[in-house]
Amino acid sequence: MTTYDGPPIVVEGLRKTFGPVVAVDDLTFTVRPGAVTGFLGPNGAGKTTTLRMLLGLTTPTAGRTLVGDRPYAAHPVPARTVGAALEASSFHPGRTGLGHLEVYAGQVGASKTRCRELLDLVGMTEAADRRVQGYSMGMRQRLGLATALLGDPPAVVLDEPANGLDPEGIVWMRHLLRHFAEEGRTVLVSSHVLGEVQSTVDDVVVIARGGRLVHASSLADLAALADADTYVVAPDGAALRRLGEQRGWTVEAEGPGFRVPSVPSAEIGRAAHEAGVELHQLATRGADLEKVFLRLTADQGQQAAPGEHPGVAA
Amino acid sequence: MLAEVRKLLTTRLWWILLLVMAGYVAFLGGVLGFAITTDPGGNADVVLPAGADAATTVYSVVNGAGYVFPLIIGSLMMTTEFRHKTVTESLLVEPRRSVFLGAKLLVAVPVGLVFGLVAVLAVVAAGSPLLAARGDGAFLGDGDVLASLLLAAVVIAVWAVIGVAFGSLVTNQVAAIVIILAFTQFVEPIARTVGGAVDALAPVAQYLPGAAADAVIGASFFSGFGGGSVDLLPRWAGLLVLIGYAVVLAALARVTTLRRDLL
Repeated sequence: MTTYDGPPIVVEGLRKTFGPVVAVDDLTFTVRPGAVTGFLGPNGAGKTTTLRMLLGLTTPTAGRTLVGDRPYAAHPVPARTVGAALEASSFHPGRTGLGHLEVYAGQVGASKTRCRELLDLVGMTEAADRRVQGYSMGMRQRLGLATALLGDPPAVVLDEPANGLDPEGIVWMRHLLRHFAEEGRTVLVSSHVLGEVQSTVDDVVVIARGGRLVHASSLADLAALADADTYVVAPDGAALRRLGEQRGWTVEAEGPGFRVPSVPSAEIGRAAHEAGVELHQLATRGADLEKVFLRLTADQGQQAAPGEHPGVAA
Repeated sequence: MLAEVRKLLTTRLWWILLLVMAGYVAFLGGVLGFAITTDPGGNADVVLPAGADAATTVYSVVNGAGYVFPLIIGSLMMTTEFRHKTVTESLLVEPRRSVFLGAKLLVAVPVGLVFGLVAVLAVVAAGSPLLAARGDGAFLGDGDVLASLLLAAVVIAVWAVIGVAFGSLVTNQVAAIVIILAFTQFVEPIARTVGGAVDALAPVAQYLPGAAADAVIGASFFSGFGGGSVDLLPRWAGLLVLIGYAVVLAALARVTTLRRDLL
């Protein structure tokens, strides 16, 4: 396996305003190599704006971003350090997939053979000589990924890479990203749906609208913030409900059994044993990360002020 | 540089425009060749150019009528990037925006030369048989005429560079094309006609881009008929004025449009 010396990606005190609108507000986080980092936030939270500043396309109002020891644009051949795919739609519709890669191949030092290999890698062998205008959204995502990999970069930055992919494609993307991380590359992936990347990422950086950092940690630490639910099947449902009333639990009927939110299974098991309530199933439900994500990114009571355009930063 | 050539060659637009330009100037060269070799009859006010002047006037349609094509292809080289958002990818690969713009401006030179040479061949193919058969001759062996033909190709190349510079300033593709068409087909012809009729405005009219281009070639639609009403700059001055337009537009684009954030 090829190994890469992925550069850390550093975002420091990053701020971007568009007129009165604050798109990114004093954002600081670090992306480590050898792991997949999910950059999460609702639509319009400033994810793309942040990535565009990271890639030198947009100038920050304040703060800075580094890839390794210097900003993106200061690398001699930036695309050989960071491969980026920002929008699934930025192709000339009249060009073929292969033609698109060949346009940029020379500047990053990729051969025509490598262009073909990359199209094979992203599962686009058949479509290589077809014009992009006939591509589906998923195919555009794949071509965008191939473009990002042209320079065989030790760092990969992908904006919403799962958009438009079918379930099979999402699984494929997940494996590829894991593989990149195992190779030692730095992988930063944005998404507005935590569930989409939950089984892919090692670390998470969560921002809320207005581009504020609300959470940055490993996925496990994020999961610890979630209250686990317990699922119980009891033949005498009425007895379980009585037990719940005594203990102050919420007992909700679900399927053949009951869901008891936010109560650890051990506590329920002990209580049921003491009360002599027969249980047939007692299971901890996976932490509902999506709930944590929604809670973290909620507008905290303040609705978008008039004149604010969340779409600007999308 | 090579990337810019590939960007053009991997799309169909360039050869479609090239064919249309060749057809268009060939048609006008034929019509003008026919008109110039036809006796005006009783209408004595019309003074037709004769001899080598007749030949250069016919051949000058490459620039006089054809310059809209290199302007459009040049502007498209930049506006297409914005229309299809490929500018994002282009700037990821080459974040130095001056280099990005410079490569396009440079590549426009050979592209424009190809357009120019094809157009020259087309107008000669259509116009010279008429001049030879009905008029005073095609003058294809005449040094001045040949120089004017070659310079026409050079001028077309400069137009293509101006096109890139203009497209960099006005990145909205539709707007860029509309402005180019309006200027070349409407504003400038009127300005030059007015400049020819009003003495006080004549010196200003010389510096219009189309007039400067005509000066480089040494012949013009406008001076060919109606007794040479528009004074033209010397050849070298015409070329400098034309290149000046490219430089000013490119510099303006660099400090405005190309400095902005890409969203």
